[in-house]
Amino acid sequence: MSGDSYLLANGRVLRYSFRERLVHWLAGVSYVYLLLTGLAFWSPWLFWIAVVLGGATISRELHPWFGVAFAVGVGLMHHLWSRQMRGTEADKAWWASVRHYIRNEDENVPSADRFNPGQKLLFWGFFWNGLLLLLSGLILWFPQQIPWGLRFLRLAAVIVHPVCALLTIGLFIIHVYMGTAMEHGAFGSVIRGDVSRAWADQHHHSWYQQLLRDSTARK
Amino acid sequence: MSQASTEIVRISGHAGSVPGAGFNREFQVCKLVDTTTCIGCKACEVACLEWNGYTFSETTFDNTYQTMPETAWNYWNLIKFTEHERDDGRLMLLMRKDQCMHCEDPGCLVACPADGAIVQYANGIVDFQQEHCIGCGYCIKGCPFNIPKFSPTARKVFKCTLCNDRVARALEPACIKACPTGCLHFGTKAEMKELAEARAGQLRDQSGFPDAGVYDPPGVGGTHVIYVLHDAKNPELYGGLPKDPHIPWTVQLWKKPLKWIGNLAIIGGVVGVFIHYLRFGPKVVKTDGQESHGGTP
Repeated sequence: MSGDSYLLANGRVLRYSFRERLVHWLAGVSYVYLLLTGLAFWSPWLFWIAVVLGGATISRELHPWFGVAFAVGVGLMHHLWSRQMRGTEADKAWWASVRHYIRNEDENVPSADRFNPGQKLLFWGFFWNGLLLLLSGLILWFPQQIPWGLRFLRLAAVIVHPVCALLTIGLFIIHVYMGTAMEHGAFGSVIRGDVSRAWADQHHHSWYQQLLRDSTARK
Repeated sequence: MSQASTEIVRISGHAGSVPGAGFNREFQVCKLVDTTTCIGCKACEVACLEWNGYTFSETTFDNTYQTMPETAWNYWNLIKFTEHERDDGRLMLLMRKDQCMHCEDPGCLVACPADGAIVQYANGIVDFQQEHCIGCGYCIKGCPFNIPKFSPTARKVFKCTLCNDRVARALEPACIKACPTGCLHFGTKAEMKELAEARAGQLRDQSGFPDAGVYDPPGVGGTHVIYVLHDAKNPELYGGLPKDPHIPWTVQLWKKPLKWIGNLAIIGGVVGVFIHYLRFGPKVVKTDGQESHGGTP
């Protein structure tokens, strides 16, 4: 899309296209189901979650299918965003001042492109952990298919699956917190797709300035 | 054995107390398999199928006496045949009745996430409760003996019950009842250990098997099925009986340290972002020197 199609006629900026929002929520909704049912299997204290969701047998049957949906979602995200998520030299300066970012001293943080380095970490964290969750999950899905001689695969999956899940839970907590409570306007960007010009300028200054330059060049 | 009750002492995936925790005077039951007097007749296999209501499974032929490679979800008791050439050149046909070992520290129960799907009775029997089983197959990973088997039709896991339904009625397990040579015995753990040690001593002293001994592996806290072996130093010879079975370390790591690290990390993460909000609040968008809350214009 050109700069013009990002700068909307109503004076707002398109942050995420319909396709991007759809893919985000495919992954998001499936992840929440995986998280809830996964927590039910993780601890006897949380087993009630599976009961609430229709019984643990149903949860066990559906958890892998939601895993497939999540993997498709993450795969499509990779297709849409992998170029923009690539790390750059400038990311180092951003991480060096991450303390200011955390303390909301945004004026002391280097300007970010379409995705800031924190978002890149989130993306690649979900991508690589998601891949390992998919592989270990496939082994766990079919308990009768792995022969006794390949038992190490089952035993590896038993530990890889929860470790990767815990890492994504850490990312998920931060992601949901920032997307809903911490960054006003961020949740709207992934629902309706647009943000104010001031929001774009403050949070993704480099990206917004590029949109403006593209727009001017076109005129 | 009439006092061998079905009081429950351990429950899988269970938060809270268990009913039978140590206030009853219980006999620990035990099955003794003397591999040195087994003739491989398979009467125990047939009795197991008869009592539990399964039909005979299709057999495979691999140029040995072995009728199928391993136990199945509907075939809980299988004689493992091994042709073994001894150092002195003599051939031995080793036969071992393979079934659930009913571990004192059962890996299946430890790995199981479903509340009440696997229970351990005070008499030592480890029993699957299929109505609570969710078919996840974690018990299969936790077992060091390759015993629990997933049924594709029932989508649940099955294994030997040690004829819990018979034992609770003061009957011996079906396999014991059927054995024609007397190589199978059933009684209290103490009695069976004594009998097994006596037989092993006899093999060492009178039958020329200096390495004869009893298989009651301590790595899983001992088992409620024990073997007399001619060569207790090499249990692998007997159809792959593990030398020093343990609950797999990945299962232990997952169920103990990782559980606590993970729980603390999740709670810490949620508390952490809450404290962050209290301390620093939201990021507000500055517009023309005025602070607005971003979002809709």
